[in-house]
Amino acid sequence: MFNDITLGQYLPGDSVVHRLDPRTKLALMVAYIVAIFLVKDMASFVLVAIFLVSVTLAAKIPIRYLVKALKPMRIILPFMFFFNLLLVRKGELLFSWWIIKIYDEGLYNAFFVVLRLAFLVVGTSLLTLTTTPIALTDGLEKILSPLKIVKFPAHELAMMMTIALRFIPTLVEEADKIKKAQLARGADFESGNVFKRAKAMLPILIPLIVNSFRHANELAMAMESRCYHGGEGRTKMRVLRFHISDLVAALVTAALIAAVVLVQKYLLVLFL
Amino acid sequence: MSIVVEELSYTYMQNTSSAFNALRNVSFTVNDGEFVGIIGHTGSGKSTLIQQLNGLMHPTSGRVIVDGYDMNDKKQRVKGRALIGMVFQYPDYQLFDSTVLSDVSFGPRNLSLSEEEITARSREALHLVGLDPDEIGEKSPFELSGGQKRRAALAGIIAMKPKYLVLDEPMAGLDPGGRRDILALIDSLRSELGCAVIMVSHSMDDIAKSAERIIVLNNGEVKQIGTPDEVFAHAEALSEIGLDVPKPMMLAALMRERGVDVPESIYTEESFISWFEEAVRNV
Repeated sequence: MFNDITLGQYLPGDSVVHRLDPRTKLALMVAYIVAIFLVKDMASFVLVAIFLVSVTLAAKIPIRYLVKALKPMRIILPFMFFFNLLLVRKGELLFSWWIIKIYDEGLYNAFFVVLRLAFLVVGTSLLTLTTTPIALTDGLEKILSPLKIVKFPAHELAMMMTIALRFIPTLVEEADKIKKAQLARGADFESGNVFKRAKAMLPILIPLIVNSFRHANELAMAMESRCYHGGEGRTKMRVLRFHISDLVAALVTAALIAAVVLVQKYLLVLFL
Repeated sequence: MSIVVEELSYTYMQNTSSAFNALRNVSFTVNDGEFVGIIGHTGSGKSTLIQQLNGLMHPTSGRVIVDGYDMNDKKQRVKGRALIGMVFQYPDYQLFDSTVLSDVSFGPRNLSLSEEEITARSREALHLVGLDPDEIGEKSPFELSGGQKRRAALAGIIAMKPKYLVLDEPMAGLDPGGRRDILALIDSLRSELGCAVIMVSHSMDDIAKSAERIIVLNNGEVKQIGTPDEVFAHAEALSEIGLDVPKPMMLAALMRERGVDVPESIYTEESFISWFEEAVRNV
């Protein structure tokens, strides 16, 4: 039941993309998302696709991992497609039967919404596939740290994320043990309707929650006894540094956005 | 009737590069009313083995038969499981309900007994483990002390009236007094309920006190199986796999080295003390 929980789908590797500074990767991810939403025609989509494929190749990530990332979208994507196809009623009527009317703008919208979402998911999963969760939180802390001036708890936020990630495997293991203990007492998690099954989960959930509070308490004490007092004056074991490759990556992504903008502008001019 | 384990093997992460053989061709029988101790080092396969006994894990090959029910068969497993009461190491993994009494009733309730029968069994079980059903029974299980929690968890199992009581390191993390109490409790439960006991431990001293037969596991294989006398006769074989003989036996061996004639059959505190008193009287 709990075996298929994978979080932080990090795929260990030693590629250029793996070695990039997490801050760079986070910033470039935002830029990539902006690029996706700038795209409005096929030609610039090809550009983004080329970019995505080259990053994947550079990161040496097998394609099946990207397909796997799209798997949770298998319901929402067709839904979005038909939603746009059938409900957008602008432009030229292409097809009409009974109450179904398909317009060219609907088709265009449906197509681009689906592509955009798919590119978004694949792109962001490239980030999590090539960056350890710890590096990500580290990078996030650094990026958010200027906000400390306005009392934004960047360090605390990052520490919370790190602890949460650290405890996921522990809790999965515990849930498994609790489940076994209750199965041994004749608990039945597999029969009955939805409500009955939800109620049957209580004997697992309650000990799990009680135990996680205990863990939190013990961890807090262990941290305090080692003089943890928040982020102030705290140094890092692994200090993040920018390298030439980060600059190159930034330039490549900037070039992508520039290309997308230019293509949109000139192709539009050509069409007009 | 009995629990029969036949040629049981279990491999973790089968068909992957990190495949690990936790159990290899393990065979033994546990008879009605018997007290069997399973001993072995961390990682010897003890916990994996006992989870196979009530079908919480399924063998890679081989089978477990509980009173004629084949635990590999999905339908028979349910019946076999009802005969086996499994007590896990930490009570925190088991206690969940708002009161101790209702928590203890969880098991009997799953056996679909009548409401009166459930209450009667639960109160009796609490009584047997030495917790007052009227006082402790109404408390939240999370208010109890460590020792009380362990007793409450044990009550939750024996309220199901198992024929075989399986205990995974029931004394882990307890002080010597607590260990003695729990061990005495297990002994009294066994004579009271007439159930067989299968106890897993890595402490020879705890096992030596009550077990009629001992199974020594090492790297997933049965190294030795026999009465305490038989097993402890091979002290070197035990120390080879990192297990000690019980402390009274060590003491007896040291005394023998120095020329005192201590009988070979002494391995518990009680037998050592009675021999010693006898010897002093004869001097």
